[in-house]
Amino acid sequence: MEKRSRSFHVLAAVFTLFLVFLYGPTITIAILSFQGPQGGLTFPMRGVSLNWFHELFQQQAVGDIWGSFARSLVLGLMVMVTTVVVSVMGGLAFRKRFPGSGVIFYLIITSLVIPSILVSLGVGLIFSQSGLDVHWSTSGFGSQLTWTLPFGLLIMFAVFNRFDKSYEEAARDQGATAWQTVRHVVLPIIAPMLIGVALFGFTLSYDEFARTLLTAGSYNTLPLEIYGMTTNVTTPVIFALGTLTTGFSLIIIAVFLVAVLMMNRRRARLGSDAGKGMV
Amino acid sequence: MSNQTQAIPLDTTASTPGRRRATYGLSDAVTGWLLSLPLTLVLLFFLVLPIVMIVIVSFWGATEFSIYPAFQFDNYEFLLTSPVTYSVFLNTIKYAVITWAITLVLGFTIAYFLAFHVRTLTWQIVLFLLCTIPFWTSNIIRMISWIPFLGRNGIANSTLMSMGVIDEPLEWLLFSDFSVILAFVHLYTLFMVVPIFNTMMRIDKSLIEAAYDNGATGLQTLTNVIIPLTKPGIMIGSIFVVTLVMGDFITVRFMSGSQKANVGRLISNDIALLQYPSAAATAVVLLVTVLIVIGILLRFVDIRKEL
Repeated sequence: MEKRSRSFHVLAAVFTLFLVFLYGPTITIAILSFQGPQGGLTFPMRGVSLNWFHELFQQQAVGDIWGSFARSLVLGLMVMVTTVVVSVMGGLAFRKRFPGSGVIFYLIITSLVIPSILVSLGVGLIFSQSGLDVHWSTSGFGSQLTWTLPFGLLIMFAVFNRFDKSYEEAARDQGATAWQTVRHVVLPIIAPMLIGVALFGFTLSYDEFARTLLTAGSYNTLPLEIYGMTTNVTTPVIFALGTLTTGFSLIIIAVFLVAVLMMNRRRARLGSDAGKGMV
Repeated sequence: MSNQTQAIPLDTTASTPGRRRATYGLSDAVTGWLLSLPLTLVLLFFLVLPIVMIVIVSFWGATEFSIYPAFQFDNYEFLLTSPVTYSVFLNTIKYAVITWAITLVLGFTIAYFLAFHVRTLTWQIVLFLLCTIPFWTSNIIRMISWIPFLGRNGIANSTLMSMGVIDEPLEWLLFSDFSVILAFVHLYTLFMVVPIFNTMMRIDKSLIEAAYDNGATGLQTLTNVIIPLTKPGIMIGSIFVVTLVMGDFITVRFMSGSQKANVGRLISNDIALLQYPSAAATAVVLLVTVLIVIGILLRFVDIRKEL
């Protein structure tokens, strides 16, 4: 290997600082969430305790955070499943141009770049003016899809742009129906990317704030609850909540990444040796 | 296994009747429509209709307690004649431009390091994921996490004071333009890194070798080869960052302690006062502004080709 240049060391230092910048604040509040009962929102630590985590379990101190957590979890799963299914179907549709595909493509881009508060406001107005109940599982669900679907679709477009069509042709040549080809050939090949789409679907929904602000109705999702807390809670209890919900997100991310890793390992182990010659 | 040994049917539509004929017989157009139907329905009900609704309501009138259908230009007239509007739009554009410039330089540097200086694919993936993971966690928590750093008695002030750089705490660290832009950079640099990294990974490495072989310096290679080839990624990243910052209201509200304004906050304040028609008019103007900016940026890149 050739020797590392000086620019490598400079860039590596910038990259390291960037990571500190990214993770430093989160690690800080994780530490501060263990403040003693007398501690404040910043250093110094006045003792170490689980006091603020304990307070999270007392309704009168923090409101209905566990109910909102449950709602965010269910909503996240709903959005995740819908995002995966709709994105795969959309991805399949967009492999060939069809009348209207250009318009739909620009709608997807619009959905991605439109300020979130407009979706919130518009959906909220439609529901209230037509007499429908604004609820996290209906209006909130739909609003969040306008944020998760563009990501899912862009990933699927990228996947299918790189997809080797000869696998499908082989399946068809051997008599597979269109559905069999999708079910037994296309889906297994793109499965690891589907886990990626699912990860986007869940996490973006679980953390979404602006699009649910006017569309969640009387029952808050967790980000709305946290936002409410920022205006009237001035104790480290909010750090404890932040630490827990970030920890939960990290666990979810780890589960998805491990799933992709295992799937790729399994594939490498059990994959076909076709084209590798006789050994 | 049995059907693999069968003779290959020459005409797939002729071999079995019924279902196969139905699926294969349909034209591509109908297949495309059916497959994209769920997507189209979601976008119609939760994107197109809401925009239409906002445009309609922007012409409505409002009392203190309710809104009523009308066709009047009062909301726009009030909006476009108020000096507040212009200063708030100017402030919004200021945030967008500054954030864009910082995230561009930072994002490009990070992507450049990952794409050209990290040598193994495994390390590239690991370091890339390290940059990506915060994106999948809560934005609000990430904003809150700046408080212990930037507060009056926060880490930044106490460190600077103990080092003797300053004598008294800096007041402008939290609840200022500085903290707002810091949070934007913190939240959105990733949106620059990912598309730029993506285009850089597709640059044929032999082009760079060719540049060096012909005597180009590192800087010349960067400006004459890498940057031009990375332009599509830069454009896509710019679209993300500019639209996210222009449409934001929560970061500005939270990080400025409600002391600074942008268009998003103008809208959310109207909403809080139940002045939906006025909020809708502002929203329409914001949407038009954002779409114009996107339109300009899209002239430089074909997104469908870049995926």
